[in-house]
Amino acid sequence: MKRAGFDNPWLPILLLLPQLSIICLFFYWPAWQALRSSFFLEDPFGFGETFVGLQNYTRLWDSPQYMKNAWFTLWFSFLVTFFSLAIALLLAVKADTVLRGARTYRTLLMWVYAVAPPVAGFIALILFNQRWGPLTEAFAQFGWLLRVRLEYFDTAFAMIVASVWKQVPVNFIFFLSGLQSIPRAVREAALIDNRSGISRFWTVTFPLLAPTGFFLLIINITYSLFDTFGMIDTILRNNPGDQPVTLVYQVYLDGFRGQDIGGSSAQSVVLMVLVLALTVFQFRLVERRIHYT
Amino acid sequence: MARVTLDRVHKVYPNGFEAVRPTSFQIEDGEFLVLVGPSGCGKSTLLRMIAGLEDITGGTLTIDGREVNSVGPADRDIAMVFQNYALYPHMTVRRNIAYGLANRGTPRDRIAAKVEEAARMLNLTDHLDRKPAQLSGGQRQRVAMGRAIVRDPALFLFDEPLSNLDAKLRNQMRIEIKALQRRLGVTSIYVTHDQVEAMTMADRIIVLNGGVIEQIGTPAEIYHSPASTFVASFMGAPPMNLIEAAFETGAVRLPDGTAVMDAPGGRSGPITLGIRPEDVRLGRGSATFDVALVEELGAHRLLHGKLSGQPFTAHALKESDATTGSHRIDLPFEALALFDRETGMRL
Amino acid sequence: MAELSHTILLPPEQARAARPVAPARRHRRPLRWGAVGNHAVLIAGALFMLAPLLMLVQMSTIPDAQIMRTGPSFEIGDRFWPNLEKALTESMSFSGETTGLNMFRNSMILGLGFALGKIVISMMAAYAIVYFRLRFATLAFWLIFTTLLLPLEVRIVPSYEITQKLGLLNSWTGLIVPLIASATATFFFRQFFMSVPEELLEAAKIDGAGPVKFFIDILVPLSRTMIAAMFIIMFVFGWNQYLWPVMVSTEEGKFTLVQGIKQITQGLEGGHIPEYGRSNILAILAVLPPVLVVVFFQRWFVKGLTESDK
Repeated sequence: MKRAGFDNPWLPILLLLPQLSIICLFFYWPAWQALRSSFFLEDPFGFGETFVGLQNYTRLWDSPQYMKNAWFTLWFSFLVTFFSLAIALLLAVKADTVLRGARTYRTLLMWVYAVAPPVAGFIALILFNQRWGPLTEAFAQFGWLLRVRLEYFDTAFAMIVASVWKQVPVNFIFFLSGLQSIPRAVREAALIDNRSGISRFWTVTFPLLAPTGFFLLIINITYSLFDTFGMIDTILRNNPGDQPVTLVYQVYLDGFRGQDIGGSSAQSVVLMVLVLALTVFQFRLVERRIHYT
Repeated sequence: MARVTLDRVHKVYPNGFEAVRPTSFQIEDGEFLVLVGPSGCGKSTLLRMIAGLEDITGGTLTIDGREVNSVGPADRDIAMVFQNYALYPHMTVRRNIAYGLANRGTPRDRIAAKVEEAARMLNLTDHLDRKPAQLSGGQRQRVAMGRAIVRDPALFLFDEPLSNLDAKLRNQMRIEIKALQRRLGVTSIYVTHDQVEAMTMADRIIVLNGGVIEQIGTPAEIYHSPASTFVASFMGAPPMNLIEAAFETGAVRLPDGTAVMDAPGGRSGPITLGIRPEDVRLGRGSATFDVALVEELGAHRLLHGKLSGQPFTAHALKESDATTGSHRIDLPFEALALFDRETGMRL
Repeated sequence: MAELSHTILLPPEQARAARPVAPARRHRRPLRWGAVGNHAVLIAGALFMLAPLLMLVQMSTIPDAQIMRTGPSFEIGDRFWPNLEKALTESMSFSGETTGLNMFRNSMILGLGFALGKIVISMMAAYAIVYFRLRFATLAFWLIFTTLLLPLEVRIVPSYEITQKLGLLNSWTGLIVPLIASATATFFFRQFFMSVPEELLEAAKIDGAGPVKFFIDILVPLSRTMIAAMFIIMFVFGWNQYLWPVMVSTEEGKFTLVQGIKQITQGLEGGHIPEYGRSNILAILAVLPPVLVVVFFQRWFVKGLTESDK
């Protein structure tokens, strides 16, 4: 707040009203609903509900299907995060180094940010087409016959490739801007102190980029958990069968399609706790970040 | 034109910090008053209370006989120049200067005339259609001045307006502001932490420290008879020498026993002795000054060293052949200031 | 500067000074293998990003029957314009409402409506929080910023139920307003307002500007770049929404392009010859507006993105 803020009594309330009412209606109410109905079992015909305590949660724990999807989500998030960060870092370092065409490269490497996740899924379906998909053909050269949407592992592979493709640009943008904010004097000092480019990168540049990296780590985990929904839904075409799905997709399947409100609410709450934990972790890093700079 | 009166005005922040202790003084019509002190001394808070930007916790503030404690800043008939100028970056110089007038419904042609006049006075005529970012530091400073003077306020307030300028420009603007204030005859309150600005610009100076007024007086009074060791060390560059001494056996003596003056009224106990570097007489006298370093300033020299084991500085004319080593010096009686060692107040 | 770093240990100024004959020799400068390597990596990266899009374009220029047999190739055919016309004007379903043009319009409404609504609402809220002395400011702050913690996806089912209860299914309000219920833009504007020098407000107060005048005359013009940056990010975000529209807009007349992608892929299955040409053009159409916005307003976009998420 500003030192000499205005003293008007009703204007700020008027200004806050739209935001607050939308939030209460479409954030706090649904969040509360999710929490509440995770302890109830709803009659499928909507005639009533029974309090069942933690039963919805234990049901998740006992469900092999849910645990399988949880493991998939974990691996999926880890691999997508790792590869999209690594590729983006490499590209950002190179884009920061070259003199000629730096702007063109930047544009070419970032536009995919604006591609909607379902389109990424659509493209993956073409690339991994059973009969003539370019990537299917490429892997067939190495004796790997990909059967996306039929084989669990192959579907997961296609999903990871599409997600990495979609996620590299945002990481690239952040890494590049992080690199560009390293003061010129620091780079020049490093240039004088250290003759090896690679060693310079790991001892000076990389530590200075670490805060950006930590921040992106969280962003990427959140991305792979939530924003991949459209991509997965497009690849599976409404018909998951026994193919891999993420936990968010499972919430949608059980709650919206399966009408298992209690179970899906319990899943929502699990995800909420997960995101909260990630955010708290992130805030702690942000606090540490202040010491870096 | 106005007379400003503060009667036991004080400020306590919501967190309990008392920025300004109850303070009373009066600023005469047309006077140029400078509030000076180190950062955090409460000088800016005081100014902002006068401007109406900060609530007054207690006491009364009157401008021209009207109590203005609860009057908004726009209605106090004041104008203010800020440290970072606070120019509206998206408006041209012309609109920046005119904005305050337009907000109070001044007719268009009158605004135009006033802006032109102010621009002429401040040499800004050629820059009226530029944005602040296209101006130099000195020009921005002038625009801020222009914004203040077009309003014909009863009171000018300056909040460290020169501290963002380089040394040369600062000297020049110091003179310009002072001359402008003389010409317009508007009562002005000027806040600074720079004692040179305070000395050169003020009709009267108020030295603040820790939310309390240490001394009010003309520049000459403040310089020659500081009311406390704080004022003595804050005003003047280099500052007044302050040496620990004591009343002993009827005289004021340095720690090494040298008597520098007779003790008035047979007192005893520790005191602090003050003397300006330029009042020290070199070459004769009873005290020994060990000079470690000679600072050549062209017009004169400064000798730094120790007197009776304590840091000491003396002023030497350029024709003197001052060198490092021991010098005999005299501390003339009439130039000495005696302070209470405990309270720092003048005896 | 950085290019020199692989070969020369001196900082650039000294490096230049140390080579008095450099101007004469410049054209004979040896090829820098380090730089070549850098460009190779970047070109590979650019291709990795670009190839799928080029593939979509290529496939839309050749007859569907040929694609069904051979898939994408390097051949450029002449089917692009007929396919484009078909994509824009012919409906994918029986209702006749899922034409490319209609879905494009709906996407625009979603993207623009979301961006505008979000910016207006968050600027107002951020202004109230930063520039007013408000008794319950801290409470409002926490109420608003807690929403940063949970994305819409984790409360998707109850959100749907509430929207249904309010009778907002298949309405623009029901589509757009719940998406606005997060504080990203508010947080961003708050950060920006906090960085605006305090003295501007004070100078404006002395100049006689009240809260409304200050907002319109000074704060909004000062925030122009920020508003532009937010607008781009929010437009892209709104345009690309998928899960929420799929749940809330079930009438085909309300379908957006991104939502239509699912329809498109389903159309690729089944007995007839799959219409790859038309589908790919619809996919390109779904991608083009946000991509163009991001590319053309790159500077603002990057600034907005890197400064808002911190």
